[in-house]
Amino acid sequence: MYSLPIVAEAMLNGLLTGAVYALIALGLTLVYGVLHIINFAHGAFLTCAMFAVWLAHSILGLDPYLAILPLTLIFFAIGYAVQRFVIGPASHGDDGNILLITLGLSIIIENALLAGFHSDTRSLSTDYSFNVFEVGPLLISQARLFGFIGAVIVTGLLWLLLARTDTGKAIRAVAKEKLGARLVGINVSHVFAVTFGIGCATLAIAACLLMPTFYVNPRVGGAFVLVAFTIVVLGGMGSITGALIGGLFIGVVESLCGLFLGESLGQIGIFLIFILVLLFRPTGLFGARA
Amino acid sequence: MTLFSKSISRRGALKGGIAAAAAIAAPSVLRAAEPPPVKVGILQPVTGALAMDGEFGRAGAELAIADINAAGGIKSLGGAKIEMVFGDARSNPEAGVQEVERMQSEGVAAIVGGFASPICLATTQAAARYDLPYIVDVGVSDQIIQRGLKNTFRFAPGFGICTQAAIQNLVRINDAAGKPAKTIALVHEDGLFGSGLAKLMQTELPKHGFEIIETIAIPTPSRDLSNVALRLRSLNPDLIIPSTYYGETVLLARTMQQQRVRPKAVYAVVNGAASNMRFVKEFPEAAENIMDVNHWHDPRNPKNADLQKRVLDAGKQWNYNTPLNYSCVLLLADAIERAASADRAKLIESITASTFDKHLMPYGPTKFEGGQNQGAAPVSTQVQKATIRVVYPEAFSDAKPVFPVRG
Repeated sequence: MYSLPIVAEAMLNGLLTGAVYALIALGLTLVYGVLHIINFAHGAFLTCAMFAVWLAHSILGLDPYLAILPLTLIFFAIGYAVQRFVIGPASHGDDGNILLITLGLSIIIENALLAGFHSDTRSLSTDYSFNVFEVGPLLISQARLFGFIGAVIVTGLLWLLLARTDTGKAIRAVAKEKLGARLVGINVSHVFAVTFGIGCATLAIAACLLMPTFYVNPRVGGAFVLVAFTIVVLGGMGSITGALIGGLFIGVVESLCGLFLGESLGQIGIFLIFILVLLFRPTGLFGARA
Repeated sequence: MTLFSKSISRRGALKGGIAAAAAIAAPSVLRAAEPPPVKVGILQPVTGALAMDGEFGRAGAELAIADINAAGGIKSLGGAKIEMVFGDARSNPEAGVQEVERMQSEGVAAIVGGFASPICLATTQAAARYDLPYIVDVGVSDQIIQRGLKNTFRFAPGFGICTQAAIQNLVRINDAAGKPAKTIALVHEDGLFGSGLAKLMQTELPKHGFEIIETIAIPTPSRDLSNVALRLRSLNPDLIIPSTYYGETVLLARTMQQQRVRPKAVYAVVNGAASNMRFVKEFPEAAENIMDVNHWHDPRNPKNADLQKRVLDAGKQWNYNTPLNYSCVLLLADAIERAASADRAKLIESITASTFDKHLMPYGPTKFEGGQNQGAAPVSTQVQKATIRVVYPEAFSDAKPVFPVRG
């Protein structure tokens, strides 16, 4: 069996990976919570954001962490525009249509990326990509620790935004009672678009935190989005804290299952949890009980 | 009332007739001066997931056809030019089969290419229905040539030959260095390719005195390989043998570097990244000294340097698929030359009897047995000072192996 430091390091690795999972799940859960749609294009947007980080680094020489601010704004704008001018008008208010539209969008985006970047896998290297913090016997990857801190900060900021600002109140109002919100003068389609924009912006941040240690190709988003869906179900559809805790939990489960059952079977843990949650607590750990 | 102001005279009609006949006959006179071209199907996946490799292959085939035509075409057919009928397999077997059907309807004499094993398996079978000769370029699955299809020939080494060579080369390199490596950890992708290879390694390597201390299967795509690096660090094997695709190899190399996993050598087999210049350019530090057993061009053949220069001048990238496909087309042209015919049955006979040696690969003369070129062999390569060098066998090497990398 494994020694304690190895198990401890595996758990730590799980937490660090889980934080990025959580960040990816954050946008998904927010869009579900407010717009009540499951965004199938979430993975494709993540891939776009990762390519954007790679382009910013390889063409402009921009450090992935410095790219966070501009890319967050750009992806907010993209998300806003996509919801306002594509998903919203094309759905005619029918949720079934929205599912198909987001699925269609993901196919279009993936193939456009394939056409533009081919199927090559690309990655970028920064000075800190290979640096580690040594804590006793543990070697902690700097970039992944920054990813963890970033994910926690973003979750906190998003929570503050929803809890304390007028925009947040409007978002929550629309999420609870669309018609009522409209009656008190809230521009529902604007709020929908803002929410979708925030969802995309969190993906841009996730991409910036991922790229120093990960790679990108036109299909890479798919590797993360299935986990993100599981986290959304586990944490409770629409719950911000649920996404963070769910993400960290899934990360640790995957890491420990990988260590003890073999890397290929690591993902079994994720789906086992998914089924158990659906069976015993369909609203998720932090979901609305109503 | 008559339609013509003058009725057509008998003599006039005769004159017109002769003129018309001459006019119709003229192209055939021209055709006789220039023999009809021989159509050759080039099949590569140039869209979809395998597009990068498909383009490498296409570049090689196009350059070969251009060179053959520039040198006067097929001389035994009166200087007939080779005309390319290109098919895009769109990275899947079904599309590949569709393209074979189209090539058949366009009357190609033979097909070259395929790249991926699943595409080659399906397309060679489709071509077999028409007795259409097919030269497989890369497709390493041994099933491709084990079905007894008379039309199918593979120029490059298959999976079995590659694995055998990998083990033989490893034993020789290790022996030459005084047997520093004893323990091995295998890291393989959990699909057909990686699992099959790991199984072979597990049975074969202990026969040569190696101890396999760990076999780690990883999924494709993998999101995180920290745990794998962690286990490797705690086991501290002398050798790590990864059989993984590009993305995972990059991730593994980076994580190993970060987690300070320092084996005596990383010895990859038919690896997705270790023989790819992109990996070497993007991660010179992580890639340095990684060894691989793979398809590679013959660095001692000056024609490769010329071809490489032309490819790079055209703004394209160079990979082993380019000289490999270039060679496959030359091999086919030689077979057409010797058969003095584009007839399929004669071509199959001619390819079967081929002893072609003017190719660009580190192989001996072509010799097909059951469709497999027995002269084909992979080479051991190593990333040295940010370029890929052939280190074994000596007959083709352009560098000495650095082994063990770390004492």
